[in-house]
Amino acid sequence: MTIAEHLVRIEKATFGYDASPVLEDVTLTVGSRDFIGVVGPSGSGKTSLLRLLLGTATPQRGTVSRRPDVAVAYVPQLETVNWNFPITVFECVLMARSGRILPWPTRTERADVSRVLDRLGIGALAGRHIRELSGGQQQRMFIARGLLRRPQLLLMDEPTTGVDFTSRHEMLHLLGELNAEGVAILLTTHDLNGVAAHLPRLVALHRTVIAVGTPRDVINGPVLERTFGAPMQVLEHLGMPVVLDRHGAGDHRTSA
Amino acid sequence: MTAALLDPFSYAFFVKGISVAILAGWLCGLIGVYITLRGMSYIGHGLSHAIFGGFAASSLINVNYYLGAGVWGLASALAINKVTRTRRIGADAAIGVITTSSFALGVALLTRYGNKGPTFDAALFGSIIGVSAADVWALAGVTAFTAAVILLNYRALLFATFAPEVADVSGVRVARTDALLMLVLSLAILASLTVIGVTLVAATLVIPAVVARMLTDRFSRMLWLSSLIGAACGFVGMNLSYHLDVPSGTMIVLTGAAVFTVVLSVTGGRRLARTSRLGASNESATLVAPAR
Repeated sequence: MTIAEHLVRIEKATFGYDASPVLEDVTLTVGSRDFIGVVGPSGSGKTSLLRLLLGTATPQRGTVSRRPDVAVAYVPQLETVNWNFPITVFECVLMARSGRILPWPTRTERADVSRVLDRLGIGALAGRHIRELSGGQQQRMFIARGLLRRPQLLLMDEPTTGVDFTSRHEMLHLLGELNAEGVAILLTTHDLNGVAAHLPRLVALHRTVIAVGTPRDVINGPVLERTFGAPMQVLEHLGMPVVLDRHGAGDHRTSA
Repeated sequence: MTAALLDPFSYAFFVKGISVAILAGWLCGLIGVYITLRGMSYIGHGLSHAIFGGFAASSLINVNYYLGAGVWGLASALAINKVTRTRRIGADAAIGVITTSSFALGVALLTRYGNKGPTFDAALFGSIIGVSAADVWALAGVTAFTAAVILLNYRALLFATFAPEVADVSGVRVARTDALLMLVLSLAILASLTVIGVTLVAATLVIPAVVARMLTDRFSRMLWLSSLIGAACGFVGMNLSYHLDVPSGTMIVLTGAAVFTVVLSVTGGRRLARTSRLGASNESATLVAPAR
């Protein structure tokens, strides 16, 4: 893949905070049409990988190259947001338009925010405080903020944590639509059955890339054991791999 | 009764004092919104103490008070901000080390060499007597400058306060925005010290913002409410200071505390919960790389 085709490429990157690296010799390419899920236990380096992709961290060894002027949007974990911060949904989404000097939005900006909120099905909630939304609606709000920047790459940290089954299903459907419209997506997830198994491409990560490929290539006993450090049983159901939730097996969460 | 209330306004020193108190209240109320939402309430307290060190040093080396203490305060604020952002140590610890050292140096210098400005008590607790026309103009200038900075950087400041790392990857120059906020904070504290005093200026940053937060869920409304509450506390506190013969800073802060109590009583504990994580604006905390 040439630099014109890929949006971000991490090559043989090693990154850490102290003497012991969190990521070691990681190579990963995100193409302009990719929809990638990164799976791995807590502490496997998923967030550090996001940092490298975002450019908020620099590897000690190796390189991270980005296509010039690539627009990247980031959707944070819901658990890390201060829901007592005094802003409405409209104000939160409008933040993405930080280029304008004056505080009040132009008519075009109002229309853009309304359009993207309507697109995500939360247009009627624009005047609400961010705390008053459900988990799924909160995720949509942050996706809306990201989309307002018209990104080529959308990075999401555990987007389905804290959302119910229906919201998760709707979220995956929405992300699929965005990807079909040309937005590359990379998300991290603990949810092997509910999320990872439905994505076209997966990366199993545990300090380094254990495996890359389709769900069938990644969600199998040997790869999951190397990734999560515990034996895991995988069955096939309707052509999709399903991980059996074994109590105490590794630091992963599985769901139906 | 009316004559007694209007009596202090016949004195030029009081008019200057109350002008400074209203302006300082408005200014600190405005900046206080950002400071409390960033979880840096303690910085006002620390920075005023740091500026005290600059005040003593500038008096000693014959440099203009505003210039010497201003540079000192800004350097302290930037140092605190930098240490806080790297997360090598917590903001409270950074403020504790940097500012108390500066305050101790100020006390040592004043004790050893004396001072040419306000008395020690006036610097600590504020004084109406100490306000000069130059102080009023300086504060008016700082207020106008701060209003312009906030107006022209409104969205960047909001984004950098709510989610600094996401703002960073979304095109906001967060380091520059933080530095601007620290600059106006230093200037505001510096210009307010004469009336409010070193030990009490932090309260004028925090109380109006917390009260405003209890009253609204909207950021823009919180900004003007906090400014208004700060200015009103300055006006009422100065009048009480004159009539009760108590230091001005003390009465301004006690007025703010009374407003807080009233609003808490009226709105109930449910609204207080809104302020429980005022400083936890860490949407992207997991993205902040710890210091190496």
